[in-house]
Amino acid sequence: MIEYALNFAFVCAGLALLINLWRLSFGPTIADRVLAVDTMAINGIALLVLYGIGRATSMYFEAALLFAMVGFVSTVAYCKFVLRGDIIE
Amino acid sequence: MEFVVELVISVLIVIGGLFTLIGSFGLVKLPNLLMRLHAPTKATTVGVGAILIASMLFFWIERGTFTIHELLITIFLFLTAPITANLIGKAYLLRHIDPKDELPHTGESEGWATFDPRNPEEPPKDPGKLPQD
Repeated sequence: MIEYALNFAFVCAGLALLINLWRLSFGPTIADRVLAVDTMAINGIALLVLYGIGRATSMYFEAALLFAMVGFVSTVAYCKFVLRGDIIE
Repeated sequence: MEFVVELVISVLIVIGGLFTLIGSFGLVKLPNLLMRLHAPTKATTVGVGAILIASMLFFWIERGTFTIHELLITIFLFLTAPITANLIGKAYLLRHIDPKDELPHTGESEGWATFDPRNPEEPPKDPGKLPQD
């Protein structure tokens, strides 16, 4: 039963990543593209945790934690660059 | 008992997947950026939260030991989501909103923090209606 649920969630997360990619390509403003990248990082975390459940190893948990941190830092860096023209002042 | 736990895990995984999809669907469906900021928070809180709880329960029945280290990701996402939303909103305001026409006056001698100058000595980019005194 868990396998069927996992397959369903894999399809949902993959579809969500494709939709985010559409927003990243056609987003009218820069802020839209940054938001799309941020959401892609979150969907990537979901996909990694699901894959960890499917393979029954907790190794992918560290990868998901790294994704969360790098996603946050990259979003803040993009926004700082748009706001101030510089990342570290 | 085993069956009930598996059912709970499956339901949590399905809920997580659905909410991840709903958050991204809102990102495409809603008309402008300040509304679009609202949608992916569903994916962050309910989507990833449900999947992480499912992961905790799965490794509990798999290994027999209960760990809460998946909660680290949830706590980290809960702490960082408001900061990213604030910064994206500020970036949008700076590029697309006119501080004179579309924003109310702050009532202070400073303007909106987003529009303040990078260096305090140089004059503000757009002082707006500052009080004359």
